[in-house]
Amino acid sequence: MGAHHGPAKGLGRWLFTTNHKDIGTMYLWFSFAMFILGGAFAMIIRAELFQPGMQLVEPGFFNQMTTMHGLVMVFGAIMPAFVGLANWMIPMMIGAPDMALPRMNNWSFWILPPAFLILASTLLMEGGAPGFGWTFYAPLSTTYAPPSVTVFIFSIHVLGLSSIMGSINIIATVMNMRAPGMTYMKMPLFVWTWLITAFLLVAVMPVLAGCVTMMLMDIHFGTSFFSAAGGGDPVLFQHVFWFFGHPEVYIIILPAFGVVSQIIPAFSRKPLFGYDSMVYATASIAFLSFIVWAHHMYTVGMPVAGELYFMYATMLIAVPTGVKVFNWVSTMWRGAMSFETPMLFSLGFLVLFTIGGFTGLMLSIAPSDFQYHDSYFVVAHFHYVMVAGAVFSMTAAVYYWLPKWCGKMYNETMGKTHFWISFIGFNLTFFPQHFVGLAGMPRRIPDYALQFADFNMMSSVGAFIYGSSQILFLYNVIATIVSGKPTSEEKTWDGAEGLEWTVPTPAPYHTFETPPAVR
Amino acid sequence: MLGMKVNPVAATVGKLAVAAVCMFAFVFVVMVPLYNVLCDALGINGKTNSEAYRSVEAAVDESREITIQFIATNNEGMPWDFGPSVSAMKVNPGAVNDTVFLAHNPLTKAMVAQAIPSVSPSRAAEYFHKTECFCFNRQPLDGESSAEMPLQFIVDTDLPRDIRTITLSYTIFDVTDMAGGPVAAR
Repeated sequence: MGAHHGPAKGLGRWLFTTNHKDIGTMYLWFSFAMFILGGAFAMIIRAELFQPGMQLVEPGFFNQMTTMHGLVMVFGAIMPAFVGLANWMIPMMIGAPDMALPRMNNWSFWILPPAFLILASTLLMEGGAPGFGWTFYAPLSTTYAPPSVTVFIFSIHVLGLSSIMGSINIIATVMNMRAPGMTYMKMPLFVWTWLITAFLLVAVMPVLAGCVTMMLMDIHFGTSFFSAAGGGDPVLFQHVFWFFGHPEVYIIILPAFGVVSQIIPAFSRKPLFGYDSMVYATASIAFLSFIVWAHHMYTVGMPVAGELYFMYATMLIAVPTGVKVFNWVSTMWRGAMSFETPMLFSLGFLVLFTIGGFTGLMLSIAPSDFQYHDSYFVVAHFHYVMVAGAVFSMTAAVYYWLPKWCGKMYNETMGKTHFWISFIGFNLTFFPQHFVGLAGMPRRIPDYALQFADFNMMSSVGAFIYGSSQILFLYNVIATIVSGKPTSEEKTWDGAEGLEWTVPTPAPYHTFETPPAVR
Repeated sequence: MLGMKVNPVAATVGKLAVAAVCMFAFVFVVMVPLYNVLCDALGINGKTNSEAYRSVEAAVDESREITIQFIATNNEGMPWDFGPSVSAMKVNPGAVNDTVFLAHNPLTKAMVAQAIPSVSPSRAAEYFHKTECFCFNRQPLDGESSAEMPLQFIVDTDLPRDIRTITLSYTIFDVTDMAGGPVAAR
């Protein structure tokens, strides 16, 4: 097997590696690069919206920015970041030597950068990049789309393939490679949430592929899936898209739940409260995600019975989600808490994600959604769950496991500073968007009515603060890797539990070549 | 490890790959047809019957009159003058009614159009039966010429009594360049 060698030298190490830690590292760096790229698009959006009127960019380019920002952040930053984390942590958490399919693992990463390279290249094409929003509703994305839409479809196919391969690998690893004694109900919650996420991905990424395939056929092969003239229906697009899109929301947030379920117990120095109910709540959320999709499209003209069904089914999701929030809070109850950077980001997640959950409940109410629909209120809502939910928890994960990964300690003061700047910047950006949204400001517009000027200026200032705090994060991580204080403690955090804390620090290139004993 | 048993990892991967392929197929063979069937069956989106209705013998309900309003819309870029010959008519449920829509092609080239109907309130769609409609087929029209497009319909006697007005809206699409595609059957 040749398992007892270290990493190869040079570029070949990264191109041909089948090591889960190398691949995890590449996923994480790639996703951070995409985070910066998507963030740059967001900065252009906020710069244009700093004042009413048109200052910096053409409206068409503005639309390309909102579209590319959404696509790059969802598919390029958040999803690969969690896949990278899964690659690094799942084998170490279940006592496996590597992922079940190391060569496919290499492929699932390496097809990702080309997919985003061609997606980004649409910005330079004639007619510009896709400008129809990240949800690419037909007929905007078919009849009225720029020529680059074909390239966009291809890149969605490739990144979907990458996601499917990655998730098959994760399921195969978790189901077959657990150390003896590691029963399903002993698995760390991060592994559980990723197992369920991977099943969601296998189920719905092909639906997205089908959706863009139908677009491709409508555009180039004369079919009329989404064209009323040929007997199709544009509303069908929205059903197919959201049948993928709603589970996608949980694909993004479930691993985040897993991360904070590891971190909060560690810094509360108590075991996770209600482990079993956490597992069942995760599974319930995953199941419900398949039967609520049309709450994204209350205004398309559904029958009242349909509106009511989707409204009640959506509200039902608040129950398992509430169980989770209750369990996290109960974990902290009377715990010996300390507030290092990973814990701060987890607590930030907990507070802000709950706010995002509540605005989600408001949006689930069909009659009020008619007012909120496509307003900045929706933008505020999903940034509370995507950024303060997924990105905060991802940041917490990096601070939490970075010492284990590289054997060096990050600068705690800088980490805490990063948290507070992020927290303030984030809220300054997105909290006022609730107000302008309720007052009637539509999303995806480059200009707005004068009464929204003050709140938009606050939003833009907040966005610049939040954006620049990520530079501090990048600096802190690089400084840690290059010149951080070396640590060889197996357990960086005294309250941390799990197999990953039993291996030496920094984690050797190969771990658990013989399975550990699990009590 | 090299025994005759099936490698458990390969078995898991095989099942998952099949599941992924099935989900891709599910979009085309289940979701799309199911959507169309549901819309037809429930009259969602105000979709009306897409093929000629075979009239069944039914007594004409003389006790009430339903106002049928006609609306015509040109889809973007469609240059025809297109509209109903009468904007509204009063009909009895169960009776067979005739009207025509008027179309004029102002361009010099021959064109093909497809009209897509929609009924409002959508609840009424399943009670609005077309026995003959220009919307069942594509309508070719030579340049600078006009045509009368016939419509024959029956309002079902089972129409809920609270519905007193039904609006039938047609959007006309230019499908000259869509040759070879499936015929819209609405």
